[in-house]
Amino acid sequence: MSRPTVPETTTPTDLAPNPPSTAGALAPRPRRTSARALVDSVAAWVRRGGPHHLVFLLPTLVIFGVFSWTPIVRSVVMSFQKTNLVTPPTWVGWDNFQFVLNDPLLGTAVRNTLWFALLALIIGYPVPLVVAVLMSEVRRAKGLYSALAYLPVVVPPVVSVLLWRVFYNASPTGVFNTILGWVGLGPYPWLQDQTWAMPSLVLAATWAGAGGTIIIYLAALVSVPPELYDAAEVDGAGVWRKVWHVTMPQLRGVLFITLILQVIATAQVFLEPYLFTGGGPANATLTVLLLIYRYAFQNSLGGNYGAATALSLMLAVVLALFSLLYFRLTKSWSQ
Amino acid sequence: MKSTDRAAAFGLAGALALSLAACSSGGSDGADAGSTDGAGKTTLRVVSLLPGSEQAAIDAFDKQVDEFEAANPDIDVVPEEYEWKATTFAAQLAGGTLPDVFEIPFTDAKTLIANGQLSDMDAQFRTLPYADKFNPAIVEAGSSEDGKVYAIPAKNVYGIGLHYNRKLFESAGLDPDQPPTTWDQVAQDAKKIADANPGVAGYMQMSQNGTGGWQLTVQTYARGGRVQELSADGATATSTIDNPATVEALEWLQKMRWQDSSLGSNFLLDWGTMNEAFAAGQVAMYTSGSDVFTSMVQSNGLDPATYGLAALPLSDAPDAGVLSGGTLAAVPAGASDAVKDAAIAWIDFFYTAKLVDQDRAVADARTLVADDQPVGTPVLPMFGREQWEQNQEWIKDYINVPLDQMQSYIDSMFDLPLVNEPSRHTQEIYALMDPVVQAVLTDQDADIASLLADADQQAQALLDQD
Repeated sequence: MSRPTVPETTTPTDLAPNPPSTAGALAPRPRRTSARALVDSVAAWVRRGGPHHLVFLLPTLVIFGVFSWTPIVRSVVMSFQKTNLVTPPTWVGWDNFQFVLNDPLLGTAVRNTLWFALLALIIGYPVPLVVAVLMSEVRRAKGLYSALAYLPVVVPPVVSVLLWRVFYNASPTGVFNTILGWVGLGPYPWLQDQTWAMPSLVLAATWAGAGGTIIIYLAALVSVPPELYDAAEVDGAGVWRKVWHVTMPQLRGVLFITLILQVIATAQVFLEPYLFTGGGPANATLTVLLLIYRYAFQNSLGGNYGAATALSLMLAVVLALFSLLYFRLTKSWSQ
Repeated sequence: MKSTDRAAAFGLAGALALSLAACSSGGSDGADAGSTDGAGKTTLRVVSLLPGSEQAAIDAFDKQVDEFEAANPDIDVVPEEYEWKATTFAAQLAGGTLPDVFEIPFTDAKTLIANGQLSDMDAQFRTLPYADKFNPAIVEAGSSEDGKVYAIPAKNVYGIGLHYNRKLFESAGLDPDQPPTTWDQVAQDAKKIADANPGVAGYMQMSQNGTGGWQLTVQTYARGGRVQELSADGATATSTIDNPATVEALEWLQKMRWQDSSLGSNFLLDWGTMNEAFAAGQVAMYTSGSDVFTSMVQSNGLDPATYGLAALPLSDAPDAGVLSGGTLAAVPAGASDAVKDAAIAWIDFFYTAKLVDQDRAVADARTLVADDQPVGTPVLPMFGREQWEQNQEWIKDYINVPLDQMQSYIDSMFDLPLVNEPSRHTQEIYALMDPVVQAVLTDQDADIASLLADADQQAQALLDQD
C-alpha cells in the first residue's frame, strides 16, 4: 500500500531540515538522535494525515486480522500441538506431521485429488472457454445465454449437489439413466462405483463452476480490439483461424490466471466429495481436504486437530510453491 | 501486487481450511451454555426433533414445551432441531454450539466425561424421586470413574431389529406375518422381492459416516463374532475385526450384491438416508435400532400400515448376540447451577418421568396422540421389565403404533442376548470399517480377507495409542 493516498497537506515547515544540534555535532549521541528522529518522523506522519489513513484502514485490518490471519496463525501453532480444545494443549513437535505422512490414506487422498484436478483440467477447463467464444459470436438474446450460463453459480452449492444426486440415481429409473436409456445407453452406476464416482463429481463441479469463468472470458473477449478481427478477415482468415490467431493470444493473460485459480481450487475440492459420496465408495473420492475434515471431525469425541492443521499447512505450502513456480515459468508468456 | 505476492496469497488460501479447526477453540467454556436474564428466568436450549420433521410432530413437541413452561414459569425452553451424527457432533462440541440438553450415544459418555466436556449432574440426578430405580448398568454408562452421574439415561435403550416393508413382502408373494428368522432366509426373501420389484432393494445395509462399521458389527455379533476384545484388567484392547463371523457377514453381503442383485443400486446410505429410502419403499429390509419407527413417522412420512419389525436373526454360534446401545442426555461443561437445575427438570419432564409416573405417562401419551404421533414404539426398558409392563398398561388406551406388526420383535425382546458396542475408539473404528463394506458393495472382486486385515491393522494402531 502506498502511503500518500489522500492529497498531500504538507506545509513548508515539514520540508525544512531539522535544526542541527551543536552538541550532537561534537559528540554524537546516537540514542538521543534516533529518539528525536523517531519523534520527528511520527510528527511528520501525523501532520501528513497518517491517523486518518489508519482509521480508514482499521475495518479491513480488524476483519482480516480476526477472520483470516488469526485463524491462520493459530492453526500453524496448533499443527505442533496436541489438543482437544478443552484441556490445555501440549507441544508435540513434528509428531502431527509424522502421523499424517505415515497415514496410508494420505496417498489415496493425494492420488484422488490429483485425479480430480486432472479430470477437471480436461473437462472443466476448456468448457467455459468454448462456451464463452461461442456466446461472443451470438448476435441475438445474448443476455439470455449469459443468464443461463451464470445460473448454476447462483444456485446454492448444497442445493445443486442435492439436485445432481437425484440426477445421478443409479437405478434404471434415475434421471440420467432414463435419458440415456432412450438412446440405448446405460444404466450407469454414476456415484455408486469406484471408477465412475470421480468423473461424476467433476461433471457436476464443472456445471456448477463454469458460469463464473465464462463471465470472465466474455469480459476479456470484449476487450479484444475489433480491428484485429477485421485485419485477419482481410488476410482471408476463417472463424477457426481468427479464434486461434487473434482471440487466443489476446486472452493469454486471463487464461493463465484462470488456470492457476482452477488448479488451486481443485486441489482444495471438498464440497462435492463430502456431499455426494462422503469420500466413498471405499475411499475412491477421498480428497485431501476431506481427509483434513475427517481428521478434525470424524471422531465424535473430538478429533485429531493437530493432524488436521498439519495437513492443511502442508497443502498450503505445496500450493504456494506450485503457484510461485507457475508464475516464474509463465512470466515471459503471460506478459 | 507483484505476481509472487499474489502467488503466495493464493497458496495461503489453502490455509483457510485450517480455520475449520482453529476457529472453534474454547468451545466448552460454557460462555453460551444457557443464560439467566435479569428477571431470574433461565433460558434452556434443548434438543427437539430431527431436522425436517413433520409439522404434526413439531406441534406435539411445542405443546409439551408449553406444558413444561406452564409448570416451570421460571424456565424458558428454546427447542433446537438436532440429529446426532459423528461428524457434526464433533464440530458442534468443539464449536460450543450444542444445546444445553443434548443427546449422546452410550459409547461416547465415558470419554466426554474424562475430557471434562460434560457438566457434573450428580446432585441434580439424585433429586429425581426414581433415581435409584434405574437399571444400574445403564446409569453406569453415563457415570465417571468415581461414580458421579454426568449423563442421564434418557431417550432410549435399543436392541437392533430387522425392519421390513410388509407391502413389498406381499408383492413378492411372501407372508408379511412370517418375517425371516435366519440370514439365509433374509437373502432368499430379498431376492424374491428385488426380482418382483425392479429398482427396489430387497435388503440393504448402511455403509456411510460410520454406520457401515456399526452395522457390520451388528452382523458380526449376530454370527457370534466380536470386533474388539479387552484384556482381563481392561488395560489393553485388541482389535479382532478380522474374524470368521465378519468374513461370513461380508461374504453373505457379497453374494446378495453380485449374484442375487438384490441390494438395489444405491450403496452409500447412512442412518438418515436409509430411513428415507425405507420409508419411500425403495428398501424392503434393513437392520437398525428397534425405536427407529418413531423418527421415520416424524421425519420421513412412513406409512405405519406397511411397517414390520422382526427380531434380528441370530446364528447358532454360542456367542451370537444382538448389538444394543442407547441414548443419554447431557449438559455441556461449564453450565451454571440454574441451567443444570432447569436441565434436570426438562429431562424429568420430557424423557424419564413418563416411564415411572402414571400421570406423566398418560399426559405425555395424550399430547402425542392428539397430533397423531407414535405412542408405544418398542424400546428396551430403562427401569426393568416390571416397570415397563406397568407403563404399557397405563398408556394402553393411547398406543397407536401397530404393535401386532412388531409382535415378532416384542415376543423376544426380553430374551435377547444383548451385547454392548465395542468400548474403545468406537466411532473411529466404525469409520475404518465403512470402506470395507463399501468395497464389497461396489467392487465385484473385492478381496474380503485383505480388506479386513487392513482395517484390523489400522484399528489396532488406534487402540495402541491408549
